[in-house]
Amino acid sequence: MKTLRMEGDCMEHTNEERLKKEFQDMVKRSAPSSNFLKDCLAAFVVGGLICVIGQFVMNFFINMGIPKEEVGYYVATIMVFLGAFLTGIGVYDNIGKFAGAGSIVPITGFSNSIVAPAMEFKREGFVFGVGAKMFVIAGPVLVYGISSSVIVGIIYYIMNLFK
Amino acid sequence: MVEKRLGEQTIAFKNPPSIISTAAIAGPKEGEGPLRDYYDIVLDDDLFGEETWEKAESKMQKEAVRLALEKLQIDEKDIDYIFAGDLLNQLMASSLAARDYRIPFFGLYGACSTLTESMSLGAMAVDGGFADYVIASTSSHFCSAERQFRFPLEHGNQRPPTSQWTVTGAGAAVISSKGKGPYITHVTTGRVVDFGIKDANNMGAAMAPAAADTILRHFKDTGRTNKDYDLIITGDLGKVGMELTLDIVKKQGFDMSANYSDCGVKVFDLTQQDVHAGGSGCGCSAIVFCGYLYKQLLEGNLNRILLISTGALLSPTSTMQGESIPGIAHAVAIERGV
Repeated sequence: MKTLRMEGDCMEHTNEERLKKEFQDMVKRSAPSSNFLKDCLAAFVVGGLICVIGQFVMNFFINMGIPKEEVGYYVATIMVFLGAFLTGIGVYDNIGKFAGAGSIVPITGFSNSIVAPAMEFKREGFVFGVGAKMFVIAGPVLVYGISSSVIVGIIYYIMNLFK
Repeated sequence: MVEKRLGEQTIAFKNPPSIISTAAIAGPKEGEGPLRDYYDIVLDDDLFGEETWEKAESKMQKEAVRLALEKLQIDEKDIDYIFAGDLLNQLMASSLAARDYRIPFFGLYGACSTLTESMSLGAMAVDGGFADYVIASTSSHFCSAERQFRFPLEHGNQRPPTSQWTVTGAGAAVISSKGKGPYITHVTTGRVVDFGIKDANNMGAAMAPAAADTILRHFKDTGRTNKDYDLIITGDLGKVGMELTLDIVKKQGFDMSANYSDCGVKVFDLTQQDVHAGGSGCGCSAIVFCGYLYKQLLEGNLNRILLISTGALLSPTSTMQGESIPGIAHAVAIERGV
């Protein structure tokens, strides 16, 4: 690879590593950084708010007499719908811009990560557009989420054998 | 026999070609920016009446070419070549636009450096005696670039402060052997320079060494310095890359702080428009040059400028394979009278 050395009035083609390092340090120093405290606070508040909404939904279903073991499915369904709905009307990306991980980590964020590409790639058709691209962001989460739960399940099974 | 070369990377034209007409089309957000009065058309809707972002981008480029020719009252069959490019895979916007006019077509990819790349080659074709009229045109679109290089639009993620905003816009310039300027006098073609930056959200930093290299090379080859120019302006380094470039060039003894700027910083209001480090994309230097700078040259507010469009030659695949980002920068010296 060609790189440069700044010497005299112009750059020459030798001694890459030193210069590269110098420049990378320069970049680190000059790059404006995100406001860590503000971002954490926004993530905390919005993430917490989404959980509070989830809790309200849960209490509502429990009051309706849904058994405790099953109420999780109901809550997840409602929250996924909310995430998808807010994505569809173009609001969720603005929430995400403000809240970062606060709105990515909850299940509404998961919903957003599937609906957003589905909307975007509709123009390439329903098979190779929506169908193929829908899981472009959520796919890795599913692959490794499901794989790790299988592995944990196997470990749990083996541990039970020795009880 | 090479007779028009200066130094290692520069060409000095014997009969400097003129830029006889330009046209710039800008998207809605760009139309709210500080240069809004200089664009020929500002779109109300970034789909431009089309079904997809890509087709909208293509239409912008086609319209820019049509407008640039309309101002001259010459027909497209008088045009010998068009040099065009954009950021999309296989140059979708340029190729689809070129399908509709009957002009011999060279498709170019220099990422965001494509404007000066196409102007350089166009000027060479004219001064070389291969053409009387050529067009250089480029485009980019925020939405088509986002979906190709980053995330779907509705995905709720955050951009770091070093990231830049792809300009929705297209520009076309007609270069000719006939005309009374502004003239393209010199072209300094850049080398690919890579200082190991891997962060695709900090392209300004990735391109800064290439920009500095081309500027320094231009000074060395031509014997000119920053004092010989009214304005030295890079394509889309944004605030971060601009400061880095200024720093590198200063270390070599040229203090450009008085007359140096960047199209990515000019095109948006960085404090009001939420674009973080500034604008980027082929369309960035295209609308700033074809809209704003060209008119400044015509009106005599600027007499001699050095325009350096800058490109980050990354692809989504190269990023995923862990490669750093190669940068490129091509300089074009433009003068009101020779």
